[in-house]
Amino acid sequence: MSQILGLAVLFLLLNLVAGLWRVARGPTAADRMLAALLFGSTTVAVLLIMAEWMTMPALRSVALLFVMLAGIVTIAFFGLPAGDDER
Amino acid sequence: MSMQEWVALALLIAGCFFYLAGTIGLLRFGDVHSRLHALTKADNLGLMLVCAGLAVLAADWRTSALLVLIWLLGLLAATVSAHLIARHARRDGK
Repeated sequence: MSQILGLAVLFLLLNLVAGLWRVARGPTAADRMLAALLFGSTTVAVLLIMAEWMTMPALRSVALLFVMLAGIVTIAFFGLPAGDDER
Repeated sequence: MSMQEWVALALLIAGCFFYLAGTIGLLRFGDVHSRLHALTKADNLGLMLVCAGLAVLAADWRTSALLVLIWLLGLLAATVSAHLIARHARRDGK
């Protein structure tokens, strides 16, 4: 089981590397934020699997912190919508 | 391997498959809105399946509750991000 968890971590990290291509290419800021969204969710899965793999329960708390920050990143970048008048 | 590990393995592989689908969608789809659609849905299903697999493997209520909490927060983050990114992209006229 241990090797399988390691392979899953490797596979998800390769997904992250593939996502870097979208960051480099763009073309808009929204596309780059999408890649940041991919990084957020994939990093959480990697941390959770690593917590099981290396028997380090503290990594689950790190994943919890990451998932809480994932939503804030986008809000910080684009700001909350002003209201109906901006349409 | 025990039955428990086979179930966990199946869930983990399914989760990794959905992560792969999300990444391929992000790389291959034509415009921002289709990429957004592919990424936010597929990735959260992948996160759910990975969390379910790890909960089966851990076989512990406290850990399982934490995994469910992480998944729900992940859903919330993806929903908020998807709406903000879509709104921004539409205002830019893309």
